Amino acid sequence: MSSTQTPVPSVLHGSPLVESAGQSVLFVDKDRYFAVLTSLANDGFEMCVDLTAVDFLTHPGRILPTGIAVERFEIVVNLLSLRNHERLRLRVQISESDATIDSAFDIYPGTEAMEREVYDMFGIVFRNHPDLTRILMPEDWDGHPLRKDYAQGRIPVQFKGAAS
Amino acid sequence: MTDVDDVISADTFEGRQELQSRAVLSAKEVLREVGAVLRMSETDAALLSEVDTVAAEDQTMIINMGPQHPSTHGVLRLMLELQGETVLRCKPIVGYLHTGMEKTGESLTFMQGGTNVTRMDYASPLNNELVFSMATEKLLGIDAEIPERAVWMRMLLSELNRMSSHLLFMASNGMDIGAVSMMLYGWREREEVLRFFQKVTGLRMNHNFIRPGGVAADLPAGWRDDVLGILDMLPARLAEYDILMSGQPIWRERLQGVGVITRQEAIALSATGPILRSTGVAWDLRRDMPYLHYDEVDFDVIVGSYGDAYDRYAIRLAEIRESMKIVRQILDRIPSGDYRIQNKKVTPPPRARIDESMEALIHHFKIFTEGFKVPEGEVYVAIESPRGEIGCYIASDGSATPYRLHVRAPSFANIQTLPHMMRGGLVADAVAVISSVDPVLGEVDR
Repeated sequence: MSSTQTPVPSVLHGSPLVESAGQSVLFVDKDRYFAVLTSLANDGFEMCVDLTAVDFLTHPGRILPTGIAVERFEIVVNLLSLRNHERLRLRVQISESDATIDSAFDIYPGTEAMEREVYDMFGIVFRNHPDLTRILMPEDWDGHPLRKDYAQGRIPVQFKGAAS
Repeated sequence: MTDVDDVISADTFEGRQELQSRAVLSAKEVLREVGAVLRMSETDAALLSEVDTVAAEDQTMIINMGPQHPSTHGVLRLMLELQGETVLRCKPIVGYLHTGMEKTGESLTFMQGGTNVTRMDYASPLNNELVFSMATEKLLGIDAEIPERAVWMRMLLSELNRMSSHLLFMASNGMDIGAVSMMLYGWREREEVLRFFQKVTGLRMNHNFIRPGGVAADLPAGWRDDVLGILDMLPARLAEYDILMSGQPIWRERLQGVGVITRQEAIALSATGPILRSTGVAWDLRRDMPYLHYDEVDFDVIVGSYGDAYDRYAIRLAEIRESMKIVRQILDRIPSGDYRIQNKKVTPPPRARIDESMEALIHHFKIFTEGFKVPEGEVYVAIESPRGEIGCYIASDGSATPYRLHVRAPSFANIQTLPHMMRGGLVADAVAVISSVDPVLGEVDR
């Protein structure tokens, strides 16, 4: 189901590094995610500006470097190096059956709210997160809205505490 | 149990989203809520938790601040644990304004997407449109072909928007601290800028004016005089702000040393914009990772040295002046020419052509109903909004709508600094701290 990226990618911390529209993208294996983040933080990427996810349920045939298996979810992490004026994007494949990943909180405390948002919107569980609860939706909400199998404008609308 | 008791003891507890009693929390979560950011030594951590257990549960009180408190900038809700008037713990609770804008964005075409993103940060809508348009253009591969006039117009609007947003901050900050007359002055000056936006775009807010490929229309006749009018009016007004606030002892007493954050903490918490700059980090994407033509204009990046609420106020005031400097340079340099790219794929035909050409009519109809297809790929583009780094991540599957549209909202990251800035402060200062972060809940909740 996956096709391969044309150029042979370079390697950073054991993970393939690809140029995409002039931006550096690192494809990290889920098990090595935390270790790679630690190394990158030591390399001078002081700030994690953004952490989000994509649900590729209806678009599985995307282009990935050789050796990276296509999974349903993808965690996208944007790192910034203030001293080198450099950005780096990490893409981590997350399978539907085991939608868990290590939390980056211990390295980048600023990911706390972002990981809660991803958990809320996609149902991906972050291990060792201090307070993994829904952040934007009510606590008793069913489903994860940004998943592709969660229909837009689906009825019935859930209202908290309303008599059903 | 009587009915009254039932009412009093009624279970209003909503669960782990809220601030809970220390007894049920993990040590890590407590540390997060007391605002511990960096890794601490075992001794420091023990000391911190010791201080807190001394404040036994019967001496502390958990209160709600917001979401309807007038100073919480919309619908931000904070739960504070207080001991007397001292804030021990704080947890921001957000989501009251969540309308699923990122999900909505997946069903709007790239043509329509601007109407969606412009409503996120409603105090700086043009910057939202700009980052969305730049991300779309990068995916299309036309980012280098945008006509010069469009690029300079985008800079002009972006800087004027930064001024109007900071003027709004001046108003709301003044009101929060108790200088209520400041609210009127700030809104008055902001209105001048919005009047210009109305003349250019037709709307005061939520313009959908900056679009993929350029801007929606050329500047109207007499625009230069309007901009000069704003630039001539503002210096005297800003000098009044200095008299009313900057140098005034009450204002200084109220803000200096309040809500302090250090450089390392701000970076660790992904804070950007005036919060990061208040700690002395000279980081401004306009200068450090230039986009548009910011590398060709001369301006200063304003930094503070104490990381307190006063620094953040002073930085924003000075940034209005820097933006005015940039706008003057734009007036000198803005070329004439096309205001949008002449690429039939993304540009609708001119109005006059529609009357005489069937093809133009079809083209016009198709581009507004079906939009244009954007090549498969993913891209992250970031610019400096008045609140910090606003980023747009778009993953495209080759269709006319984004497969995934994510906006990195500066306020969303910035409010994570609140527990840290609040700890050990007075509850009365909490208002000053919230105000100095200047969150816009529209983009926090999206």
